[in-house]
Amino acid sequence: MAQTGIGSAEQYNYEIIKKFAIMALVWGLLGMATGVYIAAELAWPALNFNIPEITFGRLRPVHTTLVIFGFGGSALFATSYYVVQRTCQTRLYSDWMAGFTFWGWQTAIVAGVISYVLGYTQSREYAEFEWPIDLIILVTWVLYFTVYIMTVRRRSQPHIYVANWFYIAFILVIALLHIFNNLAVPVSMFSLKSYSLFSGVQDAMTQWWYGHNAVGFFLTAAFLGMMYYFVPKQAGRPVYSYRLSIVHFWSLAFLYMWVGAHHLHWTALPDWTSTLAATFSIMLLLPSWGGMINGIMTLSGAWDKLRTDPIMLFLITSLSFYGMSTFEGPLMSLKSVNALSHYTDWTIGHVHSGALGWVAMVSFGSFYHMVPRLYDTRLYSTRLVYVHFWLATIGILLYITAMWVAGIFQGLMLRSFDDYGNLAYTFVETVVFLHSPYVVRALGGLFFVSGVAVMAYNMIMTIRKARVEAAELDAKLAAKMARI
Amino acid sequence: MIKHESIETNAGLLVVLTLIVVSIGGLVEIVPLFYISDTVEEVEGVRPYTALELRGRDIYQREGCYLCHSQMIRPFRDEWLRYGHYSLAAESQYDHPFQWGSKRTGPDLARVGNKYSNEWHVAHLVNPRSVVPQSIMPNYQWLLENDLDYSDVQDRMRALKVTGVPYSETQQEYDSNVAEFGVDVADQLDILRAEENLMQQALANNYDGQHGRITEMDALVAYLQMLGTMVDFSKYDEGYFTDFR
Repeated sequence: MAQTGIGSAEQYNYEIIKKFAIMALVWGLLGMATGVYIAAELAWPALNFNIPEITFGRLRPVHTTLVIFGFGGSALFATSYYVVQRTCQTRLYSDWMAGFTFWGWQTAIVAGVISYVLGYTQSREYAEFEWPIDLIILVTWVLYFTVYIMTVRRRSQPHIYVANWFYIAFILVIALLHIFNNLAVPVSMFSLKSYSLFSGVQDAMTQWWYGHNAVGFFLTAAFLGMMYYFVPKQAGRPVYSYRLSIVHFWSLAFLYMWVGAHHLHWTALPDWTSTLAATFSIMLLLPSWGGMINGIMTLSGAWDKLRTDPIMLFLITSLSFYGMSTFEGPLMSLKSVNALSHYTDWTIGHVHSGALGWVAMVSFGSFYHMVPRLYDTRLYSTRLVYVHFWLATIGILLYITAMWVAGIFQGLMLRSFDDYGNLAYTFVETVVFLHSPYVVRALGGLFFVSGVAVMAYNMIMTIRKARVEAAELDAKLAAKMARI
Repeated sequence: MIKHESIETNAGLLVVLTLIVVSIGGLVEIVPLFYISDTVEEVEGVRPYTALELRGRDIYQREGCYLCHSQMIRPFRDEWLRYGHYSLAAESQYDHPFQWGSKRTGPDLARVGNKYSNEWHVAHLVNPRSVVPQSIMPNYQWLLENDLDYSDVQDRMRALKVTGVPYSETQQEYDSNVAEFGVDVADQLDILRAEENLMQQALANNYDGQHGRITEMDALVAYLQMLGTMVDFSKYDEGYFTDFR
């Protein structure tokens, strides 16, 4: 069903959204394929092939950067530009600024990936970009904020819709995190290498304040913004509770910023800081579940849609994974649990149940809703959406189950003692144990990435179909004009 | 009491209030770490890296070692038996950036220094499976092939000096290093003598087993052999460090 109608091309800037949406899929495919490859390297180290550029240590930031910033970031740019225009019923504030955010962002991704394989990295997880790329990102981000907030100010509605609160909080917090976590002194003006301004314990705290809030605002708040637009739209019902959305927005924004230090339990970080972080992590369960409940309950009275609408299936499943991983997170932030789970694959599994289950699934659902509307057509195949859904779900389940087994068992092996009080296992014995879970994990990733390939095919065919339809319409119009 | 309606109809107010709400957590948890003196233990022996160790550390970062190896031993019995005394904040006080890590695909390296011979490290880095058959670590044979580039080591030390690491350039700075670390260490921290010091350390110890050449392997092994060796724990009572936690 074409909801946009003639004239929407002038009313809204859809071109920029199309560009970001396509790049999200490109980076998604590449980034997840890289993920599968490095997972395979851990199972079969011969895959490192003695080539410096493709060893695990250099490719791992390539994987995380491509999926978080390439796929996730482009998906957020695309959907936020869509949501802000639709909910404010106005065109983006500035086309050239929006265009700059596209080229700036893509340049940063490409430059980042090339620099990592060549060995240039700040060695701060999820902030590996060296200083010149950080500056490109900074300029891009300032323009993003300007475009977004000025578009909101031009709205033709008195109220700012809830999805926009989340996107605005995301843009603000990422600016804050990016600036403070990347304070560094370059070796020289012509060197890519830099040294971080802070050291040791303060540096660790700053990095994990960044690291966890990148999860909290990049991968959570922003995607909640996505959820708040696309779930009600696809369900054809209003958001379950307006009051709940207010309460959970402010509490999420406040509580998240305290929890980063739970990545540093039992380290040389003072106990008071990590205890504070653990406490806030437990409290964070409430706003997290508030968001999940608000999303899932939006479907109340229309549950039958889960039987007939695979897009709804994506969106609701993503919220279920969100609920699951935001329960698992506070659990792992308890010091006693963390003593076992930290440094193991349990953490990797936890991240992926959030990243694949929540972030990727909600993006897929939103894209299946949005892309046909951008091109004024219908999806090429609903059947393929089902195929994608099952490939993705099976992939995630394989992945996180393998990582639970790997993490929990390795944690238990490392702390077990024999009858004489000696260590029962050497470290490398746990590595041997990890082989099978690592194979299953790579297989899970393969399932997931093939789902994305199916989606990419579906999207290409949808766009092609739209072009054919547009050409036919033009031909009809031309014929009509000729008769007159 | 302000109504939420006044926030959600005013973009400026929404931005300001959001900024306030999100700033509190970081301010409370991060800023005090710079001012509470108990955060970093008072301990003897911790010094900045020599020029060669510094270049080794750069290579450690370049290859992404921190993605599979932590440098942070926790105060548990199994870690004590496996790795040694738990890590102190003081031991990473000159680490820009910190290398504590978040995942142990391989063992912790915080105290790997002096546990194995240089020959073992070289063999292990060139082909880990030659000494640990079950290892899943990549081969790093190029470390032995690449000559170490130390042309900009002075720039690197100067950049670190800006961040607060006490490398010296003036006589006054040198003297204060002598007072704090002793003459031998102060000599190593002298930026103007960095290249000379680097060559001397590499050639004297010959970490990579190759005569006459200074390779990236020299630098990395020099760094690894120093890790966790600076503090002499026999000098301190067990209770001493717990006061700082």
